[in-house]
Amino acid sequence: MSVAVTIESIEKRFEAFAALRGVSLDIQPAELVALLGPSGSGKTTLLRLIAGLDQADRGRVLFGETDMRELSLRDRRIGFVFQHYALFKTMTVAENVAFGLNSRPRRERPDAAEIRRRVGDLLDLVQLPGLEKRYPSQLSGGQRQRVALARALAIEPRVLLLDEPFGALDAKVRKDLRAWLRDLHRRTGHTTVFVTHDQEEALELADRVAILNDGRLEQVGTPDDVYDHPASPFVCEFLGEANRLPVKVVGSQAFLGDRPVLGGLSQNQGGPASLYVRPQHLRIVDDAPLSLPGVVEHLRRNGPLRRAEVAVQGLQRRLDVDLASQVAPAIGERIRLRITHGSLFAAA
Amino acid sequence: MSEAALHLPAVPPSRAGAQRVRGESLVVRCLLIAVSLAFLALFLLLPLVSVFVEAGARGFAAYQAAITEPDAVAAIQLTLLVASIAVPFNIVVGIAAAWAIAKFEFRGKNFLVSLIDLPFSVSPVISGLVFVLLFGAQGYFGAWLKANDVQIIFALPGLVLATVFVTFPFVARELIPHMQALGSADEEAALTLGASGWRVFFAITLPNVKWSLFYGVLLCNARAMGEFGAVAVVSGKIRGLTNTMPLHVEILYNEYMGAAAFAVASLLAGLALVTLALKSLLEWRYGDAIAASRRH
Repeated sequence: MSVAVTIESIEKRFEAFAALRGVSLDIQPAELVALLGPSGSGKTTLLRLIAGLDQADRGRVLFGETDMRELSLRDRRIGFVFQHYALFKTMTVAENVAFGLNSRPRRERPDAAEIRRRVGDLLDLVQLPGLEKRYPSQLSGGQRQRVALARALAIEPRVLLLDEPFGALDAKVRKDLRAWLRDLHRRTGHTTVFVTHDQEEALELADRVAILNDGRLEQVGTPDDVYDHPASPFVCEFLGEANRLPVKVVGSQAFLGDRPVLGGLSQNQGGPASLYVRPQHLRIVDDAPLSLPGVVEHLRRNGPLRRAEVAVQGLQRRLDVDLASQVAPAIGERIRLRITHGSLFAAA
Repeated sequence: MSEAALHLPAVPPSRAGAQRVRGESLVVRCLLIAVSLAFLALFLLLPLVSVFVEAGARGFAAYQAAITEPDAVAAIQLTLLVASIAVPFNIVVGIAAAWAIAKFEFRGKNFLVSLIDLPFSVSPVISGLVFVLLFGAQGYFGAWLKANDVQIIFALPGLVLATVFVTFPFVARELIPHMQALGSADEEAALTLGASGWRVFFAITLPNVKWSLFYGVLLCNARAMGEFGAVAVVSGKIRGLTNTMPLHVEILYNEYMGAAAFAVASLLAGLALVTLALKSLLEWRYGDAIAASRRH
């Protein structure tokens, strides 16, 4: 049922604006892939190109072994869920879900009873049983989203494409739907690509995350991969907060000023560099060889975490430090910080 | 008459009463209301009422005689015939133009949008004259048409052409803003679900804009039946043959047959009233859907 999607050096311009500048990506059958990036990075353009709603200037998209351009939009069997769902407002929920089946040529079309049964099954699957007769305007945002999904699933798609699936929903509904979508994917096993600008959503949902910036693919990998081993400063900063330290690498150690702050580096990255450290990778220690002295200037609450802003000599910006289970220091207290994990990029 | 009634500023019902904060004093408010009411009564209501009063002045028998007289019947039939050709034509072309403008990006699009408004900005007399200039005996195509025995000016084709020209903007102008506001997502969704182009149009696009379309058709029809200037130029006013209702009214009036003129005029005024009533009903019942199409 589900099929591998191969994207080969896709390029796309809109007038003077280069939306995609050579993007290649292999998507495995039944994989759940997130296209993540800031607005204008080309992620929605890429999704529309995979669907065939737009044409690439260069490069191609393969479904399995078939070049997608050889297939008509109908034969591609794409389940596309639009950002604002694009439910047909003059039709009931049942008519919306049945639209794809009713659009088939007469000899391939199931009979009315069969279509009714399929619509019922799909509405059960998306946990909206009994809403057949409602109109889209009578549904909540989350319900509309699920109707849109049921409608896309009705054509037994080979690939499911979701454009900002949770973008128009409020925070609570988003979280519920995320878990639900993950579960649905596990049960139905469609090759799925979804676009999001929310890194938390991408990291939580996807098997692999593809990070786009300015029309280029910055990195593709599992959530752990991209989060812990970002390939570029952009990826590092986009995926979560990070403190940036201008360091100098000498031998296997990184120095802030003349103080060594991180050791155990491979030998081939000497010279000035930027060290990115996430707030949770700074730990308050009593004393250690590789540690950074500083003064606590602020304490804040950031959701479940407490966060300290620590001024360090030689750094203009204060360092953000998460105080997960640590004993909170007092404002004005002198502490020492140890970097447990960091990403080093040669200075540009 | 119908034009005057149709161009009343339409106040969306949803907004009436929504404004609670008013800076003006009571006197200013009363004065403004009184002035506008007096104006409406004097310039719109009074003439309309007088049409019906005059039409009925000689009694019902005279009224009936005036509108069943052969020339009047011919004028009514011709008006209906012209409208029944011009309006469907403008529906089809108007939808096509609105579709092209709302759904596609192309060079010269802004020019096309301005061109659609041309009939509104050109005097109807000129709209008629251009067709005489093109197809009249002395016109560019006059000799060729005469040689091939095709009559356009002073005949039905001329009337239809002039009417189509004058009434073209109504459908397109109602549809364009509405279609633009709707975007193409619904159509794209239908295409990915495997619908053919025709199915997308009839199952998605048309139902989405049906109220603006109906609204545009209503206005288009009222204007098509009531058009005087452009039609007067190309008609030649041959009684019983190329006289439409507005022209017939004028002829009767010029021949001092006031009661008969007003009797036929009352039919046109009636059309205007029906149009106005339908339009109000639509706005009241489907205000939201139409509001999207009214952002000119």
